[in-house]
Amino acid sequence: MVAHLLKLKLLLLRNSLRRSTWQLVGVILGGLYGLGLLGLVVAGLVTLGALDLELVRTVVVLGGSAAVLGWLVIPLVVSGVDMTLDPARFVTFAVPMRQLMTGLALGGVIGIPGLVTLIALLTLAVTWIRHPVAALAAIVCAAGAILLCVVGSRLITTAGAALASSRRFKDLSSTVAIIPLVLLGPIFAGITAGFQNSPGFAGELAHILAWTPLGVFLAVPADLAVGEWPTALARFAIGVGTICVMAFLWQKSLSHALVTPPHNAVTRKGAGDLGLFSRFPASPTGAVAARALTYWMRDPRYAASVILVPLLPILLWFISGESGDLSLLNYLGPITAFLLAWSISADISYDNTAFWIHLSAGLSGKADRAGRALALMVFATPVVLVFTVVPLIVSGSLADLPMMLGLSAGALLTGAGFSSVLSARYTYNVPLPGESPFKTPPGTGFSMLAIQFIGWVVLAVLLLPELGFAIAYLVTGNAVFGWLTLLTGLVLGAGALIGGIRLGGAWYDKRGPELLQAVSVNK
Amino acid sequence: MTSQPVSSPAPAPEPQKQKQSASADAAAGRPALALRGLAKRFGDKIAVNGIDLDVPTGSFYGLVGPNGAGKTTTLSMATGLLRPDYGQAWVNGVDVWQNPLEAKRLMGILPDGVRLFDRLTGEQLVTYAGLLRGMDRDEVAERVADLLKALDLADDAGTLVVDYSAGMTKKIALASALVHAPRLLVLDEPFESVDPVSAANIRDILTTYVRSGGTVIVSSHVMDLVQRMCDHVAVIAAGTVLAAGTVDAVRGDASLEDRFVELVGGRNTAEGLSWLRTS
Repeated sequence: MVAHLLKLKLLLLRNSLRRSTWQLVGVILGGLYGLGLLGLVVAGLVTLGALDLELVRTVVVLGGSAAVLGWLVIPLVVSGVDMTLDPARFVTFAVPMRQLMTGLALGGVIGIPGLVTLIALLTLAVTWIRHPVAALAAIVCAAGAILLCVVGSRLITTAGAALASSRRFKDLSSTVAIIPLVLLGPIFAGITAGFQNSPGFAGELAHILAWTPLGVFLAVPADLAVGEWPTALARFAIGVGTICVMAFLWQKSLSHALVTPPHNAVTRKGAGDLGLFSRFPASPTGAVAARALTYWMRDPRYAASVILVPLLPILLWFISGESGDLSLLNYLGPITAFLLAWSISADISYDNTAFWIHLSAGLSGKADRAGRALALMVFATPVVLVFTVVPLIVSGSLADLPMMLGLSAGALLTGAGFSSVLSARYTYNVPLPGESPFKTPPGTGFSMLAIQFIGWVVLAVLLLPELGFAIAYLVTGNAVFGWLTLLTGLVLGAGALIGGIRLGGAWYDKRGPELLQAVSVNK
Repeated sequence: MTSQPVSSPAPAPEPQKQKQSASADAAAGRPALALRGLAKRFGDKIAVNGIDLDVPTGSFYGLVGPNGAGKTTTLSMATGLLRPDYGQAWVNGVDVWQNPLEAKRLMGILPDGVRLFDRLTGEQLVTYAGLLRGMDRDEVAERVADLLKALDLADDAGTLVVDYSAGMTKKIALASALVHAPRLLVLDEPFESVDPVSAANIRDILTTYVRSGGTVIVSSHVMDLVQRMCDHVAVIAAGTVLAAGTVDAVRGDASLEDRFVELVGGRNTAEGLSWLRTS
């Protein structure tokens, strides 16, 4: 039975690659990236062995604890990272609990993250090769650590599944999850600063972590290397104890999950509230705009980008704080405009097959494109205006306002026009409706990156007139160039938006059924 | 309008591209939906292999066939959702692939196995379907209220469609197909996972609709339902039409189910699975 579960996992992995060549290319690239990373880690660990014992211990414990923490936390943030062996799917099969658990645990190791972690852990034996006992212990502890990771992450997914079956919770968690992810850079910078300010910090942290389940298995070989047998045994016992407790809890929640089908408590609500549909004009374009704007608020995949907007200043402030030059923050408006305009470039991919209702209604391409652009403009315009004006007031450079407004208007309008063309022509795999914004089918990264990269280059070329005048203004300081930027931004931008809606609409009219076919591949 | 009881080679199509009223269509004997030589291939698999079909105006037409027979593919091609490799489709004489916008105005469709904009409430979704077709606000509001009531969805009108049960989702999709009062309704598996009471309500709605001059095409694999509900039927298997005509002509003396099994074949005699016998 255990072998069956493992075979199932491999089969699922293989079949998911068969669906498209691009996915395969993506997985190979992802695999290469993982391999490269692994190579670096392995090389680092091998050379580490020659260094001072205390340093080796600190590095290994800190790095290992981070990896274990990752295994525990990532499933929490990213719901459904790997649900190929989702316990809920085994509800109808009478698989003995012990075998199911063993199979699921081992299945967790198969896959790029599991294998990379395992190999890195096993390399520790080489790190400790100068102390044979420690090297031997490292192998045993590698098994212990990977077991801890897998059982821990399975426990968290299973326990979380009960919560996650509520749609509201899932929507909320996957929307909010973007906050820590985006602020990852600043958070890391804070930790790095902590290390830099007090040299003993790392050592102390490692000492503490070595007594927590996160670090015990990594500290054991270090203890043995200096001959501290009792400490090593105590730590090992903590580790094994943790695994046992987690396995017990996992079994409890698994047997609960197996008899509790997912349910969703819904409060019924009668008619009468049309929301945005009663605010937009009662035309096809207005309806599309109302629908798109409703999705910006209700669909986590869009809502995550909305939440991102207030974080942008923090992020930019942080980036420019690194170099000590805050002038980048002045460009908050144009950057936000660029990103927001780009965010509708995959709109039809996001619709997925729900797009049929547009097709069957005989909606004209122009109305579809215009509606989506209108929804974007409704909330992007005030945001971009505020983001353009406020930084300039704060930094006391209001004289730059015409130039900056020109850049913002150009980026927003031209970008929206360009996105309108792009989303009518290209579809790519995006998270499906109802899924976490972070969950992308394997291998989507590459084709998506290719389209995005080329798209950004083309958009930059389209913005050349505005950029040219802006640079001329910055070099000469002549206010005329600032006003010229504003003029070109508004005129060319409006032209690009109208042209984009026309061209995108024409393509859409011609290729509607093909678009529906393309998005229905990804389901 | 009578149609051929068996799958004889279809006569050449008689496309007439000017618009006429429903009664004029019936009088002219022009079918509500005419398919000629529709074919579609997906990779190596030929999903639909040259289908000819005439659906008379004012008929309640059943499309039956085993799983994978090409029903959904045929209906998708007939309704402008999937571009055929070969062949043509006319709705009231309007070529679906030459004048898609005009043809789609005449049709209301309920596809199977596709998503809905399910982050809208039920009421919003049907309103959306109406507004997309350019109807005015008051008319949409009135019809949405009527439809929600007729389909027992009034109490859940403000609930998001994503939180609906499978049967409720079917019903709200059906409401979206009806809101613009189409002349032809194409429903792919409309009764799947719909409860018996709602199914009876839907049947009543459809029967009234047909009596008032509308045309309905339903695909199903519930033969009993088709035999009771429809006046015409076509049996499709392996991407071709095996038999088409009035229900009585197709089934002859047998029940539709027996006739279907006879046409399609593939019945196993109950010899196997001897271990399943409990005594």
